[in-house]
Amino acid sequence: MSGVVVALVPAPRAAPPAPVRRTARGLGERLAPYAYIAPFFVLFGIFGLFPFAFTFYVALFDWNPIGDQVFIGVDNFTRMFADPRFWNAARNTVSIWFLSTVPQLSLALVLAHVLNHARLRFALFFRMSVLVPYVTSVAATAIVFAQLFDRDYGMLNWLLGLVGVAPVDFVQSTAGSHVLIATMVTWRWFGYTTLLYLASLQAVPLAVYEAAAIDGAGPWQRFRHITIPSLRPVIIFTVVTSTIGGLQIFTEPLLIATGAPLTCGAVRQCQTLTLFLYEQGFGEFEFGYGSAVGVALFAMVVVIAAVNYLLAGRIRADR
Amino acid sequence: MTAAAPRVRGHGRVRWWTYALLAAAAVVCLFPLYWMFVVATNDTATATRMPPAVVPGGNFLHLLGLVLDTVPFVRALLNSLFVAAAIGAGQAVLCAVAGFAFAKLSFPGRNTLFLVVVLTMTVPTQLAVIPQYMIMSWLGWVDTLQALVVPGLASAFGIFWMRQHITATIDDELVQAATIDGASTWQVFWRVAFPIVRPAALVLGLFGFVTAWNDFLWPFIVLKTPERYTAQIAIKALQNSYDVDLGLAMSGSFLATAPLVVLFVLVGRRMVAGILDGAFKG
Repeated sequence: MSGVVVALVPAPRAAPPAPVRRTARGLGERLAPYAYIAPFFVLFGIFGLFPFAFTFYVALFDWNPIGDQVFIGVDNFTRMFADPRFWNAARNTVSIWFLSTVPQLSLALVLAHVLNHARLRFALFFRMSVLVPYVTSVAATAIVFAQLFDRDYGMLNWLLGLVGVAPVDFVQSTAGSHVLIATMVTWRWFGYTTLLYLASLQAVPLAVYEAAAIDGAGPWQRFRHITIPSLRPVIIFTVVTSTIGGLQIFTEPLLIATGAPLTCGAVRQCQTLTLFLYEQGFGEFEFGYGSAVGVALFAMVVVIAAVNYLLAGRIRADR
Repeated sequence: MTAAAPRVRGHGRVRWWTYALLAAAAVVCLFPLYWMFVVATNDTATATRMPPAVVPGGNFLHLLGLVLDTVPFVRALLNSLFVAAAIGAGQAVLCAVAGFAFAKLSFPGRNTLFLVVVLTMTVPTQLAVIPQYMIMSWLGWVDTLQALVVPGLASAFGIFWMRQHITATIDDELVQAATIDGASTWQVFWRVAFPIVRPAALVLGLFGFVTAWNDFLWPFIVLKTPERYTAQIAIKALQNSYDVDLGLAMSGSFLATAPLVVLFVLVGRRMVAGILDGAFKG
């Protein structure tokens, strides 16, 4: 589920629908609309909202799934703030997020701009190609990239060797493992982001580009002064979703370090926060401590959303 | 695409570097899949040779045998198919019904409830996997496929998306006419509205299918016995026996990816159109 992009956009601008009038109809007919929307609310309540709220409760316990549950107040949190493994995982998460988000969004901007060309041939082929990584599973992606980046048998190190670079052990080094994971995340999401940007870009009338060209604006100036400003809302949206997705990176680090999967390496060089949560919850069976990590992740999401809100407000004010 | 309007500069001609850039992007996107196939069909010596082998070999059946000896992979593919199809179909229908209710029916509390649906999208429920596991444990659903299917049957984004489509494509007059003719609410939905928005529901179901097929964290937590594994968890199991053969996990990855690639070749253009026609248009 990590990195799934959902739209957090406000309600559509379409005019509110004129309600269908029904008078003198049976009770069943009047209750029907509630029955139609009930499945979502029931499912979300049981499997979404309740566990979410329950995380905050469990985090206050020393909670052993097959043993005792002892209320310990905020001890899990004080322990977490003093735990170097937590801070290490937080650093790794931020580093991997930065290394994956910046190239992903930049690449998507350029590709969307190029794909928006009215006379582009093979447009459907290119659009479909960039979506192929999205339908490739994270697990398969991790296996393939770990092989391509392998120290001894990887194609990348072979290519680096051709230009005289000594083999890089990507998995075992901190920077290398972060680059490897960020590459997988970028590969998987840049095409999807490209199409999101393209969707927004297609709403910009071509006449705007034509007028700019007549006024002497070159390709770079049109990119800088038309494409980027008109994409601002969707850029902010993708920054937020890629950040929330980045906080939940789990599968890639689990699968690349085959020797010590739960810590992503002997010295936890690429353990992310979600992997740390999993290690504590399902490796050590410390449900309480694991839930405290979940609460910390939630706090980070809230902070990021707040920063984004302020940022979006400033951009509106600038206009 | 407004293909009719030409660009002024160079009479709308696309420069060569545009194609070079897009071709490079296409190669980057497609090469890892091709490489997966190369390694999955070669023996270890060839796959690890430098310079690397770049053509598929004839070792696939041998590796396939090893895969099936290690983990019940056919069963895993069927499990994945079941879970993904159930979630895709469930989302297509349940989100269409709920979207229809929010778009075309009037009932007390409608706007508030729709706001609640939108707000639920901001709750990062994936951080709550520990209590989610506890719930599955109370229900007795640990190590079952319904633990994967049931929570994914309806999605807030799907309801939001279907409501937009129904608002945009179905006239209120049409709904009113059917109602005046004596059709029940359900008949209006199933006979009038759903046939019109079926393409949109199909796209929603496709995205649900792909996401469910590729999901890893939750199945990894919930599934315990190899007979219940989905294809993604079976890949992980193959990786654990990495020593057997380098190509083992790669063959599993290939087997787990190939069905989706075939699906994508068939219906990928609809998925592309679905994103381009998405919430950000306009």
